[in-house]
Order: sequence, then C-alpha cells, then structure tokens
Amino acid sequence: MEGIVGYGAYIPRNRIKVEEIAKVWGADAPSYKKGLMLEEKSVPSPDQDTITMSVEASKNALKRAGIDPIDIGAVYIGSESHPYAVKPSGTVLAEALGATPEVHTADFEFACKAGTEGMFVALNLVKSGAVKYGLGVGADTSQGAPGDALEYSAAAGAAAFVFGKKNVVAEVLDTYAYMTDTPDFWRREYEYYPQHGGRFTGEPAYFKHVTGAARGLMKKAGMKPQDFSYVIFHQPNGKFPFKAGRKLGFSKPQIEPGWLVNKLGNTYSGSSPLGLTSTLDIAKPGDHILLISYGSGAGSDGFILKVTSRIEDVRNLAPLTRDILDQNKNYLEYGEYAKFREKIRKAD
Amino acid sequence: MTTPSRYWREIPQRYRGEANSCEKCKKKFFPPRLICPKCGNRDLAKAKIADKGKVLSFTIIRVPPSPFKDQAPYAVGIVELKDGVKIMGQIVECDFKDLKVGLPVKIEFRKMFKEGHSGILCYGYKFVPDS
Repeated sequence: MEGIVGYGAYIPRNRIKVEEIAKVWGADAPSYKKGLMLEEKSVPSPDQDTITMSVEASKNALKRAGIDPIDIGAVYIGSESHPYAVKPSGTVLAEALGATPEVHTADFEFACKAGTEGMFVALNLVKSGAVKYGLGVGADTSQGAPGDALEYSAAAGAAAFVFGKKNVVAEVLDTYAYMTDTPDFWRREYEYYPQHGGRFTGEPAYFKHVTGAARGLMKKAGMKPQDFSYVIFHQPNGKFPFKAGRKLGFSKPQIEPGWLVNKLGNTYSGSSPLGLTSTLDIAKPGDHILLISYGSGAGSDGFILKVTSRIEDVRNLAPLTRDILDQNKNYLEYGEYAKFREKIRKAD
Repeated sequence: MTTPSRYWREIPQRYRGEANSCEKCKKKFFPPRLICPKCGNRDLAKAKIADKGKVLSFTIIRVPPSPFKDQAPYAVGIVELKDGVKIMGQIVECDFKDLKVGLPVKIEFRKMFKEGHSGILCYGYKFVPDS
C-alpha cells in the first residue's frame, strides 16, 4: 500500500525569545507567552530560505527512504515564501538531490497548507502509478510585520516526505480535503508583510476548517478519536491545537509529541508536517496517526496514517526532529534578527 | 558578477558535489577532470564527494568582495573531506572563537550570494559544525 517511505526535518539554529521581541515594542511578554503559549521561535540565517531548508529536509528524508533520487518522479514544495516570484523552487531542490531531468516539479501556495498540498499530490501520483516515488515538502521562512502579533510566531523550518508503494514506514489509509473561501489572512502582490483578520482567524477560519476536516475524514474512514495514538494539527500558536483537540475529543498525550510550536514558532507550510516528523520519531508499529493541516484562505487537508515495523529500522538514519529543535541553538538579539530577516532599510 | 550561464555550468558541483575518479589509480577529482593528471587515464567514473570532513585551515574575511559584503565578517576554510578531497568553502553557524583546525564539519546547502536586488540567487555548499 502507498505511504511514506522516508521523512526528514530541518530547522535553522537561530532562535529569538518572546521577551526579546516584546522588549522592542513595549509589549507585555508574559501576556504574549501565556496568550500564544509560545516561548521562542526559529529564525533562518541570511543564507537560508525555503529552498535551502527544503534541500536539507529532503536529504534527511532520502537517508531514511534509502532510494536512488533518480527514481523520484515528482518534486513539490509547498510554501508561502518561495524565494523567487517567477522561477520555481522545486527545480533547485530536484537538481540538488540528483532527481533531474525526468521529474515533474511544481511549487504550491496556500498559506500554511501548501506543504500538505504537495504531499497530497505526490501521494496520489504514486497511487495512480504515474510515478514510482513522489517527494512532498512543506517549508517556510515566514514573515510577520514588525510589532504585529504574528512577529512573535512567524518562524522557519521544513519537513519532507518521500511517498512510494514499497518499504513504507507509514501507510496512508485515507485522505480528505475541506475548504471554503474565507479571507482570514492574505498578502497582496508586492506587499512585504501579510495582513490578517485578528480574531476572525479563529472560529470561522482555523477551528471551522480543522474540525471540519478531522470530523469529515474520521467519518469517511469509520474511525473515532480513540482509534488514534497521535494527532497533529496545524500550529499557528500553542493554544489552537489543544483547543481543536478538545473540541474533537482528543487528549493531551495524543497531541503533545507533534506539538512543537512553543519552542519552534509557526513554520507555516512546515508546521503540521514537522509535527508529523516528530510524531513518527516516537511512533510504534501499528499506531494510527491523524494529520490535519490548515491554510488561511481557507482550508485543511487530512491524512490517516498507519505506522509499519520499518519505522524502527530507519528512524535513526537521520536526525530526530526534537533533537534538531533542542540542540545547537543560537539566541539572537532583536537587532541581529532584524538584519537576518532584512527588516532594516539600507542604502544600495 | 556571475552570469546565469556560468552559475548554471557549475550546478552539478555546487549543488550535489559531483566529482569523478580515475578507474586506475582511484584518485577522486573535484571538480571533475577529463584526464587523470597522474596516469593520463581518460576512463574516469562519476563520483560524489563525501559530505563530512574536518577543517585543515581557515581565515576570517573582514573585507569581502562586493557580492559577499552583507555576510562579512565570515570564515573561509579548507576542509579535508572523509574521502580525502580537500575543498574550500565558507564555514557558517560557528562562533569564530570555536573555529579550530581539526573541527568536524559537514556540508549544508546554502545561499552563496544574491546578484543584487533583482538578479539570480546563487546556491551551493557551505560547511557547518558537525555536532
């Protein structure tokens, strides 16, 4: 059966604490930390972007997949921070992995849901027999306007998944998509920072689509929350995933292994995919996992996975996500952060 | 300033470390060669460089060429990879006080520089501490 053959994660080493951002804008750090359930977030170095992180996450996925990259027939990167406005990110990734030239490549965009879109298409191309292996990546170096609530959470990271039919570490038992036109978050052409609808991003946007997708998928598959060992929801802040879980009947221990946001921030297209990598890092053969993404605009993709015994053989062939998150951290001051994120206007 | 065509020609080496090796004396060449300089053999096989190694020598660049001016100061080192190939590259994500000969490093895919505000983005390998 089709599923994930290999998975990999990448998170930059730089971090900035909520206190450091709040200090600059005269905001109350404890209330942000409590309100967002967030302590710090990852920050890319100036020489890192969606493409470089996608390459590193994909290399880790290939280490676990143990396949020849030339057999990859489809490469998809989902991101809202593709470095070029016109020129694909996926071609650089495919070339860096050695998957060119017989490969189909496209870049996906759907706010924070673009990563699972790439995964969805790669999986279904494998399922149809059109390609032997398909690579789906979720990656972002997300931007929040200085002083905006988003600045405390907008982070960077990437997760990559190789889909195939043989030697899978997790079978994909079922998928589902749930979406409507909901303008909760957007960025117009040539605008540097996104805008959002404040509290409108909650009930009518995130919760409606996340719970809608989860309920729809469980009904379609004839399963209930108790059938799953783990669940991963998109993580725009620390609170939303737990609240969505409570609404659906999931418990804290089902959510916690994939809940990275308090130390990572919101990696947008990489958010729920990175949560899946950290869950696969600890899952046991036979475990069922529910993955529900969310992208503003708005919609959710859902996947039901069943872990196989191969997970034990490949897990340690690449760095574990929690280890990447917790080790080799470099804390930035706001000035360095502003320079790294090109928030400072310079003369040419 | 690099032209897109020059950058494009170096993609196999810059992106994925494509090398070749002499079938007779087993020496690896990076970038690839057409003829083995040791034995004159033209039968060279495709190979890849190792992705880990150790620092042999390094320096800190404080007055850089213009495409790198935003990155200064930065470290550049010669690294001996595990397959014996010695290559030069930037060493990033490392405090200068921690840089030393023998430091284990690994290759990461990074942006090398941008061609101004509107030109191409140039990617390639850099070294980061392997810890």
